Amino acid sequence: MYFVVALVMLVRGFSDAIMMRSQQALAAGGAEGFLPPHHYDQIFTAHGVIMIFFVAMPMVIGLMNLIVPLQIGARDVAFPFLNNLSFWLFAAGVVLVNLSLFIGEFAQTGWLAYAPLSELKYSPDVGVDYWIWALQISGIGTTLTGINFFVTILKMRTKGMTMFRMPVFTWTSLCANVLIIASFPILTATIAMLTLDRYFGMHFFTNDFGGNMMMYVNLIWAWGHPEVYILILPAFGVFSEVTATFSRKRLFGYTTMVWATVCITVLSFIVWLHHFFTMGAGANVNAFFGIATMIIAIPTGVKIFNWLFTMFRGSIQFTSPVLWTLGFIVTFTLGGMTGVMLAVPGANFVLHNSLFVIAHFHNVIIGGVVFGMMAGLTYWFPKAFGFTLDETWGKRSFWCWIIGFYMAFMPLYVLSFFGAARRMQSYANSDWQPLMILAWVGAVIIMAGIACTVIQLYVSVRDRKQRLDVSGDPWDARTLEWSTSSPAPFYNFAHLPTVNGIDSYWDDKQQNGADALLSDGPYEDIHMPKNTVAGPVMGILSIGLGFALIWHIWWLAIVSGAGIFVAFMLRVFNDDIDYHVPAAEVERTEREHRERFQRRDELEPINRVEVRA
Amino acid sequence: MRRKSFTRAIGFLLLATLPLLLAGCGSALLDSSGQVGQEQTRLILTAFGLMLIVVIPVIGMTLWFALRYRRSNKNAVYRPEWSHSTAIEIVVWLVPCVIIAILATLTWKTSHSLDPHKALESDAEPMEIQAVSLDWKWLFIYPDEGIATVNEVAFPEDVPVRFRVTSGSVMNSFFIPRLGSQIYAMAGMDNDVNLIADETGTYPGRSTNYSGSGFSGMTFDARVTSQDDFDDWVANVRESERSLTFPKEYDQLASPSREVPVTYFSEISPHLYQDIVQSFHTGRNADSEPGHDGKTTINAEAAE
Ligand code: HEM
Ligand SMILES: [Cu+2]
Repeated sequence: MYFVVALVMLVRGFSDAIMMRSQQALAAGGAEGFLPPHHYDQIFTAHGVIMIFFVAMPMVIGLMNLIVPLQIGARDVAFPFLNNLSFWLFAAGVVLVNLSLFIGEFAQTGWLAYAPLSELKYSPDVGVDYWIWALQISGIGTTLTGINFFVTILKMRTKGMTMFRMPVFTWTSLCANVLIIASFPILTATIAMLTLDRYFGMHFFTNDFGGNMMMYVNLIWAWGHPEVYILILPAFGVFSEVTATFSRKRLFGYTTMVWATVCITVLSFIVWLHHFFTMGAGANVNAFFGIATMIIAIPTGVKIFNWLFTMFRGSIQFTSPVLWTLGFIVTFTLGGMTGVMLAVPGANFVLHNSLFVIAHFHNVIIGGVVFGMMAGLTYWFPKAFGFTLDETWGKRSFWCWIIGFYMAFMPLYVLSFFGAARRMQSYANSDWQPLMILAWVGAVIIMAGIACTVIQLYVSVRDRKQRLDVSGDPWDARTLEWSTSSPAPFYNFAHLPTVNGIDSYWDDKQQNGADALLSDGPYEDIHMPKNTVAGPVMGILSIGLGFALIWHIWWLAIVSGAGIFVAFMLRVFNDDIDYHVPAAEVERTEREHRERFQRRDELEPINRVEVRA
Repeated sequence: MRRKSFTRAIGFLLLATLPLLLAGCGSALLDSSGQVGQEQTRLILTAFGLMLIVVIPVIGMTLWFALRYRRSNKNAVYRPEWSHSTAIEIVVWLVPCVIIAILATLTWKTSHSLDPHKALESDAEPMEIQAVSLDWKWLFIYPDEGIATVNEVAFPEDVPVRFRVTSGSVMNSFFIPRLGSQIYAMAGMDNDVNLIADETGTYPGRSTNYSGSGFSGMTFDARVTSQDDFDDWVANVRESERSLTFPKEYDQLASPSREVPVTYFSEISPHLYQDIVQSFHTGRNADSEPGHDGKTTINAEAAE
């Protein structure tokens, strides 16, 4: 669900990007291009918001939803209703952002809506209000997700799954969720204060009456920096799984990997000031935050070496997830390097707010998060849908992305050395134009990459009968999620598995053959949560509430606010929320899987040739 | 100067590695002027070089390992259970630690030597210029000369200049790329950055912190001249018939406008800069809080 919405929003966010690139390719030396500032400014704001909140976040959370319970041998997450509610709150945020296209307008403030520009005095229109309510509602959903997965991972692990036997993706998800729990409340509170300023004439961040815009900048980055690590950590997890699986080898330095992740998690909370060295803090403060930032590069570097040494003496199969991983290592290393350059305050004073920053974070976000999610999507797709994705189009997509990326963003590093600032709707210096045009060509190539992914999905769905993943373990992988059928039954495991070590499933297969973890009777009834409409109802009502607050339609705000409360209360006092899957049904499902499993060679024509070669 | 040609040489090497860079003219950050800018150029190149020590091997290893251990290469060693080596672990922690330790030392030193608030060492008497960011233009005030300008600032070469920087509106950032360090301009705040130029010429400057719809045009020229030319320039400004008194004429100037041509003011209120900073602490700016219907808006013109 998350992933579907994310892919749609990727297309929306990307259309913003290509418009910006076109504008900057045109608007040189006095030319105005085709987007006046009023539009251009909305577009870059919407692009940032959409890509971070409504593409990258749902991809990451979507993967966690799909994989984490399976990896720890759980039947579901700790709070299924909460999980459902999180999704619908997120969806409400998506709807609000898209509504701004048709009714009113979006913010023209940059994706973080720095005060005082985002205050009523300088942004009197509804744009910032759309920003506020879209983020507030989906942000609360994210916080709930964080709590949910935190508890799930801590409490719902199956027998023998100690913390230091958890797959690395689960570890990185755990850390990401700790970051969510610790940082999203800051976002919520900051937006709430901005809301009070805008709706009730308060002065938290205004220019006058004691308001302090520097407080806003601090608070938003105290959330914003952890946020970028919320995105990248699960991607690191994906790469760890992919590298080990396709090198057919244990992950090198598992314990180091885990501790490096934990280090990054902790450190990411003490570096936020690197986003505004140029605010004018003293030399000691700047030096402290600069050095703290660089220290993050150490555990990150160690992780990169560990992936390399996982490949070392492995037997690497060049599937598309592996290509994404290799592309990631190279690209992310460069992005980390430019990050460290930015972390030197003395250098940051000239690089800040220039295209260098844009190039840096696309370097890490495209090279890290996007590549990671593409790898994760390809890797786990069969687990979700029961058939594999087409490799040819997957690889084409990769090549388009990587070539397009370098073409689109390397020129920006160069331009920054010529003094090009970010967020310019037009620029006087026509010498920059050739590089801007080159960057535009790069964006077009990335567009081809996105098209390849769409074609890949289409082709795979069309040929799904030939691409069936009957065994449930198409890559001969190592972790528990591959021991179930694909897609996994809704109760995940007929019997909760017992784990004896890292890569326990792999060891079982080595000792007892491919059918090691096929289940046997007798079966018992399984206790499962019921579906409920409370989540979607509350989601729809939140759209109403957000929309009403944006347009000051007070009656609607009251009605939908009360509706949310009532729906929530009804759910809370409803005791009929679970049921039992009868043992007979479990037995039937498991028997079918076993039968199909025995016939896997004839049922899986393509996978045998393409992936298992 | 030898140092400078050395920097230029490295700069050129860097240029050569990045394709298409040669397309344009000289690069603002590599072809910097004055001690601040030049130290920053060296710093960037040093940090870059230090990190290449790890980055290049990592990229090399990635490609090499991937090719060498591909499944189809039957000659390569394959050790599926091998997953730990204390020696390798030590090395992979040590290498980044050492590089970062060196960089951290460099960071500590340069954060102090390049502290924007620090007065620059020079034989010449320093001068003060006050810069105010407005929607969407720059106001420069010369407190000693009692003059002010819009979208143009001039000062003599080899004279250290202390720019005091504030904003009459939203946040901006004051930046002359070839001279080095930028600093935020914030309403009610009195920030500063010390810069110096060692060559005459016209240096483009701009706000780098997005500030609304007129942001792209928030540029100005910094004219670095000889002392004589500077005196002529001041005399020229003094000939202007315009005055800038606070609050009336200032408010007119401060109201949103774009592409404002260079303007000179021969007479200004005695404490103009302080008055502007102070105005945000006294509530003077409060009377025009607009309603949500968006009628009385300072951005009215921008909204079109
Ligand atoms: C070793 C790793 C990294 C270092 C040292 C680093 C350092 C920095 C620094 C100093 C800045 C501030 C630049 C400025 O505004 O002047 C920055 C900006 C940014 N970084 Fe990184 N970074 C690293 C990794 C990452 C990762 C992994 C991500 C995301 C996945 C990321 C995303 C961003 C974003 C989104 C911004 C800019 C946001 C904005 O101003 O709109 N960085 N980074
Ligand atoms: Cu950061």
